[in-house]
Amino acid sequence: MLIKSIEKFGKKILSLLESMGRAILFFLTGMMHIFTLPVQFAKIIDQTWFIGSKSIFVIILTGLFTGMVLGLQGYYSLVKVGSEAALGAAVALTLISELGPVFTAIMVTARAGSSMAAEIGIMRISEQIDALKTMHINPVRFLFSPRIIAAVISFPLLTALFDVVGIIGGFISGSIMLGINQHVYMDTVIQSIKIHDINLGFYKAFAFAVVTTTICCYRGYYTHLYSGFGARGVSLSTTNAVVQSCISIFVFDYIITFFWI
Amino acid sequence: MNKRKIEFYVGLFVSIGILCTGYLFIVLGEISLVRDKQYQVYAFFTSVSGLKTGAKIEMVGVQIGTVSKVSIDKERLLAKVEFRIDKNIELSEDVIASVKTSGIIGQKYIDILPGGSDIMIEPGEEIFNTESSLDIESLVRKFIFNTENK
Amino acid sequence: MTIPLIQFIDVSKSFGASPVLKGLNLSIYTGEIIVVIGKSGTGKSVLLKHIIGLVQQDSGQILIEGKPLSQLSAVDRKSFYRKLSYMFQDNALFDFMSIYDNIALPLMEDSIFPKHQVKKKVLERMEQLGLIGIEEKFPAQLSGGMRKRVALARALVIDPKIVLFDEPTTGLDPVRKKKVHSMIQEYQKKFEFTAVIVSHDIPEIFNVAQRIAMLDEGTIKFEGSKKDILDSHSKILNDFIEGKDV
Repeated sequence: MLIKSIEKFGKKILSLLESMGRAILFFLTGMMHIFTLPVQFAKIIDQTWFIGSKSIFVIILTGLFTGMVLGLQGYYSLVKVGSEAALGAAVALTLISELGPVFTAIMVTARAGSSMAAEIGIMRISEQIDALKTMHINPVRFLFSPRIIAAVISFPLLTALFDVVGIIGGFISGSIMLGINQHVYMDTVIQSIKIHDINLGFYKAFAFAVVTTTICCYRGYYTHLYSGFGARGVSLSTTNAVVQSCISIFVFDYIITFFWI
Repeated sequence: MNKRKIEFYVGLFVSIGILCTGYLFIVLGEISLVRDKQYQVYAFFTSVSGLKTGAKIEMVGVQIGTVSKVSIDKERLLAKVEFRIDKNIELSEDVIASVKTSGIIGQKYIDILPGGSDIMIEPGEEIFNTESSLDIESLVRKFIFNTENK
Repeated sequence: MTIPLIQFIDVSKSFGASPVLKGLNLSIYTGEIIVVIGKSGTGKSVLLKHIIGLVQQDSGQILIEGKPLSQLSAVDRKSFYRKLSYMFQDNALFDFMSIYDNIALPLMEDSIFPKHQVKKKVLERMEQLGLIGIEEKFPAQLSGGMRKRVALARALVIDPKIVLFDEPTTGLDPVRKKKVHSMIQEYQKKFEFTAVIVSHDIPEIFNVAQRIAMLDEGTIKFEGSKKDILDSHSKILNDFIEGKDV
């Protein structure tokens, strides 16, 4: 009984190590193939369209409402201590160094990451990945490398968009609706934000791009190993991809903030 | 979706993104695109408690620069503060730099009291006259001691 | 006696705890059409995947023109794989690419051919297979039969010496089935490749086959010409052909 459970535990650890190694190798192969010629321009453009351009609307909506709720919530908290003039600073700081990168990454994962996992997973179960191999095409280079480049381009730009729209959202609820002087609002925004905070936000966006794309592509690519063949397997991989991506976004967010400050 | 449309939307997305990034860095981050609009001087303080990199430097209530570095001078055991002052502001050598607080819970900043000397401080030189942070605790203690002595 | 192009010697392979191939022996000769029949799940696809290198055997050897595949130099192995092409059961076309790009893919990624030559080759194959006019469409917009032909065009675009067909007629109606069969026959004659076909279409496939091998329980139970099959009195074979459950 005891031996059996120890055995089971050991097996679990071994398989965990195995899949960790597999994920790291997958990541490294993909990174390496970014630099093998010829550059896969058409695919990078396609993926940037899919990850970036198609997310603009979602990001504007979420950014606007996040900013507005920050303005509203912040106003009623700050008014208690009589420093509602600092609203701009509060909104901008939380957005730029924290909420901007995190919310953007989560929204893009929900939109593009899930479909990456599903698409690659379906390619796996319908033997398209095998077909690539029979044509002497490296599937990791073909599928993963363009996506990671596109994500690294898209995430920071979308984050910047989210930040700007969010600051406008805060302006709408704080200044237009609650009547804080608009010059005071913009002034505190400009005064409070330091280059340091902006850099932090962008470093986070980069890290989230790499982490979520890797997890989503990896889950799709190895669908057959973890969830089996079939539609069920793909749906399971997609769910796992999104959940694990979101968890890692929060974990990495903490780690980066911890080392930055 | 046809190829040219995709390319158009990617172009649009990237330009919107770069515009926003530019706005963040240039307007909010206050990166000066043109270098050397400012020059550097430094000063020693006995205490700069609460003063941070990036804090404002004001003269007669107008911002003229920022604090670029706060460090400790190991030999003299004083705080060494480096200032970046706008090029068009010239400081005479008898100005007084003091650490001040804006508002009650507000941030620390540096106030520079104009001097009257004809000799100007060159970039990279030191401001000699400084006043350190006002330490409310020690003020209170002083006040109490004074009343006891009476 | 001629040396077989591809020869399986005592090849065994298991996935996890379940064995799929158990000491399989099979010879494939240059220029022939050999059909592998057998029940579903007996490892027919696995057999094909051994040839193209998607699966490695646990034990035994695969000889290529008398030399073990595992002992070939990297260059020789590569040049062998370049002669191979594989047509997948579900076509395995890429949804996100146009028909033209799909067919051109095996040529593009190798980047041995200049662009105009690629175009010439692709259009030539498309014309031969009656696919002209759909270059810009996507696989999802085509019928099942069309997709099959696109897959065939993709398999043939590299001028392969050996083509492996994994159930080329699944999901097609009898008329289309016949068409695919005659297509294989026709192009095999035209391009003189060696064809290995895994199929369930009994007895139609016998008209295509020059030789037939029957796979059951991980080994080849029968190997011979169509005449041999009809003459044979092997119980398993006859039961399978007549569709009886063993």
